[in-house]
Amino acid sequence: MVAKEMVALLLAGGQGSRLGVLTTTIAKPAVSYGGKYRIIDFPLSNCVNSDIDTVGVFTQYQPLELNTHIGIGKPWDLDRVNGGVTILSPYLKADEGEWFKGTANAVCQNIHYVDKINPEYVIILSGDHIYKMDYSRMLDFHKQNNADATISVLKVPLEDASRFGIMNADENNKIYEFEEKPKNPKSDLASMGVYIFTWPVLREYLLRDDKNPDSDNDFGKNIIPMMLGEGRSMYAYAFEGYWKDVGTIQAYWESNMDLIERVPEFNLFDRDWRIYTSNPVKPAHYIAPSGSAKKSIIAEGCLVYGTVRNSILFPGVVVEEGAVIQDSIIMSNTRIGRNVEIYKSILSEDVQVGHEAKIGIGEDVVNEDKPHIYDSGITVIGDHAVIPNHTEIGKNVVVEQFVTTSDFTSKVVPSGKSVIKGGVENE
Amino acid sequence: MNNVMGIIVTGGRNERMMELSSKRSVAAIPVGGKYRAIDFVLSNMVNSGINKVGVVTQYSFRSLMDHLGSGKEWDLDRRKDGLFLFPPYLAGDNTGWYKGSADGMYNNISFLRRSNEEYVLISTGNCVYKTQYHDLLAFHKEKDADITMMYRDCYDFADEDMQNLGVVEIGEDGRVLDIQEKPLFPKSKNANMAVYLLKRTFLISLLQESASHAQYDFVTDILIKKLAELKVFAYEYKGYWKPMNSISMFYGCNMELLNPEISSELFLKDGRVFTKVKDETPAKYNEEAEVNNALIADGCIIEGTVINSVLFRGVVVRKGALIKDSIVMQDSVIEEGANLERVILDKEVHVTQGKMLKGEATYPMIVSKNSVI
Repeated sequence: MVAKEMVALLLAGGQGSRLGVLTTTIAKPAVSYGGKYRIIDFPLSNCVNSDIDTVGVFTQYQPLELNTHIGIGKPWDLDRVNGGVTILSPYLKADEGEWFKGTANAVCQNIHYVDKINPEYVIILSGDHIYKMDYSRMLDFHKQNNADATISVLKVPLEDASRFGIMNADENNKIYEFEEKPKNPKSDLASMGVYIFTWPVLREYLLRDDKNPDSDNDFGKNIIPMMLGEGRSMYAYAFEGYWKDVGTIQAYWESNMDLIERVPEFNLFDRDWRIYTSNPVKPAHYIAPSGSAKKSIIAEGCLVYGTVRNSILFPGVVVEEGAVIQDSIIMSNTRIGRNVEIYKSILSEDVQVGHEAKIGIGEDVVNEDKPHIYDSGITVIGDHAVIPNHTEIGKNVVVEQFVTTSDFTSKVVPSGKSVIKGGVENE
Repeated sequence: MNNVMGIIVTGGRNERMMELSSKRSVAAIPVGGKYRAIDFVLSNMVNSGINKVGVVTQYSFRSLMDHLGSGKEWDLDRRKDGLFLFPPYLAGDNTGWYKGSADGMYNNISFLRRSNEEYVLISTGNCVYKTQYHDLLAFHKEKDADITMMYRDCYDFADEDMQNLGVVEIGEDGRVLDIQEKPLFPKSKNANMAVYLLKRTFLISLLQESASHAQYDFVTDILIKKLAELKVFAYEYKGYWKPMNSISMFYGCNMELLNPEISSELFLKDGRVFTKVKDETPAKYNEEAEVNNALIADGCIIEGTVINSVLFRGVVVRKGALIKDSIVMQDSVIEEGANLERVILDKEVHVTQGKMLKGEATYPMIVSKNSVI
């Protein structure tokens, strides 16, 4: 094998539980984004655009969609003889077998994967974030400082800093303190969950951490504080640009909506930094004489006979005549019937909305069953759900996956209610 | 249909396609927002289960080769079988130029000899239609034909369009009685679709025989001459079919794709149409966009008005620009206030602020690649 300077390890095992029904059966990195992508396309494309051609992807939670999406890495040119993409999932060993306990544990359990490649550096990435970043420049920074670890940081408003892991660094960007979600943050440099480590150093720490039964085996909670405590040379690399953790329904919706601005802060039209994804093989989309689209993003294969405003349509969406879609995200192959009205909602893949239905209307009442998830006024419809004709659905409503017309007990679903499959809550 | 192999003869230039084919083979002509003409027949073959396809290229084949690549998008990057490209070459008694469709195949006869499929499906690469060839094969076997060709009753074509086609005269039993190539006075509206099915070994013997008589064209030198002695049958195809052999056909075809019935026949029935992937982001509509009856591909940014038109990938339409009854190919930019009516813009054309371009329905204005107006 040709020597690799740096290998990327992409942590894609998270559930993203605050995305509610969007992540019931798929891992957060596989959630659709921006009209044709999935969240993991961003770190994966960043890798290939940064000349990293060896990527290990750690999966754990509901990996089917994710594994299918990544396949052998063709869309990212990661189907390589030397290197390429490797899916690393938890596995059984001779005497035991266990799930990944934490992010560091995931890497530790697959230490032989990295050993076999024997790189000088590893970059740890998360499959949860939307951003474009040239990791090769971060590596240059790491080498210049002769660092053991470099942590990519983003300036956040000081009032938000208590939600992040905060790095306190000196004027040379050398980190002297790390605080996880501090009550009184001393700096506004938030960790983005992107770390470069000198591999032999990290390797040693992983093994030591693994022996500690009290450890959560997590990079942020354990490895980085331990290295810092032992005076390792650690630097903060300042990233400037768009970076979003789309971890909640509201953040997810807002980040998608950022894209429809006239000059979006996050530009997907950049030909020097393309974002790659698997190809849906659909024709150009069609706007009919009765159709109209403004301030929206529309993907291939859509047929638009209705009105689309401030919305994002993924490939193969059909909007029938008289339908109005506003401030909404409609995922692949969903069909919107005649004269339907949809306001500020997220509809997953393969949903069918019956004629004359209304979604996202009425007063803003927080969801009764899951108030911590559905509280931003956005109604979310799970994939393959079928909404009967003439149904009226309020705000902060969740409709579960695969719900059929018989699961609707009335024509009106008031704000804050849930529609569940088979009338039984499957928690 | 894994006992059938495909050969696409992309033929050559076509003067009636004017500027559009001056730098590209007609088979590489862009159609329908993101495709090239050859995508249709190639996808038809793949969707029929044909795993081995040879493409014989002739004039200006660079763009075609670039488009087909390793055949990855058609799932033809195979270890066994897959896509084979045959540009003209110089060797021994070879002139480095194919003198006709039969000559193109004859020069690559070793591809036919090395194969073991029972049948060969020969097709041109410039026709837009969607089908699977199973019924054609069944018909061929049932008739015990030597050669079966596909035809379409082009009742919906103008007489002058028939003059650019082969016209087939068919007997009651389905036998082909006569073929007129590009006739001044077409005897009927049964057009030769230039799709032929025959046994591989039989094709080899036909090609050898014609080469030994210094004859080079499959239709005029083989098919027409042998109509009396061979059992040549005609199989009727009833779907949508358009050959890209004149500007009016090309323009008409793109405009017809705006009819959802036709586009669903082409894109949703009998499998998908595959093409080279460009990784463009989905199209973006800004506040001022007015779009009515249009096909819009990925990567477009629209802030102007687009009516009855086809926009290929990466087209930018600025505020106040109007595009009507037009075809705008990849990466063209139409600046503020420009006005296009019945215009075909080839790739990467830049129409600057406030320019007015206007063609006629029967003669759309063509702007060649990379022009700045």
